[in-house]
Amino acid sequence: MHPILSNFRRLLLYLSAWGPVSAILVYLFATIGGLSWGRAAALAVPLCLYYAIVCLSAWYSCRNSPAANSAAWLKHLAAALITSIVWVAVAKGLAIALSSFFQTFAGLDHQVSRVNPLLLGSGVFLYLLVVALFYILLSNEAAHEAARREIEAQSLARESELKALKTQVNPHFIFNCLNSISALTSSDPATAREMCIRLAEFLRKTLGLGERSQITLQEEMDLIHAYLSVEKMRFGARLKLEESIEPGTLLYSVPPLLLQPLVENAIRHGIATLTEGGWIRLEINNGTPGLLAIKVENNFDPEAPRRSGANIGLKNVRQRVDAMYASRAKFDVSAGEGRFQVSMQLPAQTA
Amino acid sequence: MKDNATIRAIIVDDEDLARQVIREMLKTHSEIEIVGECANGFDAVKSVAELKPDLMFLDVQMPKLDGFEVLELIGSEVAVIFATAYDEHAIRAFEVHAVDYLLKPFRAERLNDALLRAKERIGKKPAAGPDQLAAAARSAEFAERIVVKDGTRVHIFPAAKLDYAEAQDDYVALASQGKKYLKQQTISSLEASLDPKNFVRVHRSYLVNLERVSRLEPYGKDSHIAILSDGSRLPVSRAGLTRLKEFLGEKA
Repeated sequence: MHPILSNFRRLLLYLSAWGPVSAILVYLFATIGGLSWGRAAALAVPLCLYYAIVCLSAWYSCRNSPAANSAAWLKHLAAALITSIVWVAVAKGLAIALSSFFQTFAGLDHQVSRVNPLLLGSGVFLYLLVVALFYILLSNEAAHEAARREIEAQSLARESELKALKTQVNPHFIFNCLNSISALTSSDPATAREMCIRLAEFLRKTLGLGERSQITLQEEMDLIHAYLSVEKMRFGARLKLEESIEPGTLLYSVPPLLLQPLVENAIRHGIATLTEGGWIRLEINNGTPGLLAIKVENNFDPEAPRRSGANIGLKNVRQRVDAMYASRAKFDVSAGEGRFQVSMQLPAQTA
Repeated sequence: MKDNATIRAIIVDDEDLARQVIREMLKTHSEIEIVGECANGFDAVKSVAELKPDLMFLDVQMPKLDGFEVLELIGSEVAVIFATAYDEHAIRAFEVHAVDYLLKPFRAERLNDALLRAKERIGKKPAAGPDQLAAAARSAEFAERIVVKDGTRVHIFPAAKLDYAEAQDDYVALASQGKKYLKQQTISSLEASLDPKNFVRVHRSYLVNLERVSRLEPYGKDSHIAILSDGSRLPVSRAGLTRLKEFLGEKA
């Protein structure tokens, strides 16, 4: 795209810049060429308009040869010479036409040769000036492009980071559920069906919410309840959940699947290690003004064997919080005396 | 086998429904008698000692002891079929000569195949020795905890709490906090399972926790003894002394 021809405002600006140029040329034609003011103007103004348009073609050679290349400047110089020679010829033609069509301009066709050197010199100069203008436009555009690309790259990197970190449902959870369903099909078909439905509800929610960048805490809690309703069927009385949620906090937005992996961790590394069962405590309230405080706590058997995949879910949640809020969020993990606690403070935002 | 016709089996899984599906699938096999069900690793070790089953269905991730730790403690008298949702333990399972490895959920036909293999195995001499079981029981990392069986009871303590180990024929005596536990394992296999930065073989028959060594004294013309912080005295061979000095020098 031609930077001047494609933009009407720029074209107007460019042509008006030629106004002073033609004024100077008129002045030079009158003083150095010894033409009368009227004749100088009749010659210089159309010649400038013509040259202004011709010089626009310099863009194409500028675009293809970078300014840093000295061979490019040789090429531009040659082009400048040729265009100004043509310009001199056009001036001659114009003078002949003017002198033959208008009585007032009689003899102009002879006078014009007096301004030939002037025309040739200013032609080369003006052409190179336009070349310089195009190079300035080009470097400006390149700088803009580079800045735009950098911003784009940054946002792409962040996006892909978040995408990579997007928590997926732990496949073992699904396999174990399917095994439970398989057990129930013959002994208790109605419960098997119920479990299928609950699992489907949870998976559907996960798929829907996982696509979005922010969801409300209410939606996350619904997801956790869907998840727990399945786990309750597997663990039965071994699983106890206590919730303490400050009214109003459920309207805040959080990244999807932020808390569910923490609850899942609490089950896998907590309740599943305790033969008599365990508890999970979930606390959500307004922390320091402007912050949302979330705490997930559970008990566990400190002597239990370490489970594979330990803390992958936790690490993932932490990385997502870091990527999303950077220093605006706090994330703490503590363990001791058979209790495990994850607490975080996020900026309290509503959608 | 007590009787050629019956195979006595126990099912070990912390989930009731997971045990239920195996129980149900075994109903069609009249030759299998389910003699016990356990919901955690401790119970499994205890049940094996008391009930002496021929066959065990074993989950990997359970409270108290995981499936591999259970296997390490019960030895290889029992044919084991793993049943788990995790496919990443399969290689380890075959290293400990498990009969089969069922991925949950599985079909009755798949369980039947496993039973056929189990029947071939039962009655034959066990293929895996205690060392192989112990070696495979730990994953790529060094052992963080040590499990020992004492009759029907199971002791677990962190590897860092092991003061020293002494070889006694086919067993090792593990000294920890003033108590001694006997485990069917060779001292070399124990040494291999522990982090060499913390445990040094000071003698053909002794492995010591570096943290416990308080000083060295010459003993006789060629050997030394290491005196531990609790006062225990362990013989140190010439090669052991070189190794020990290397480590203590590094630490100083």
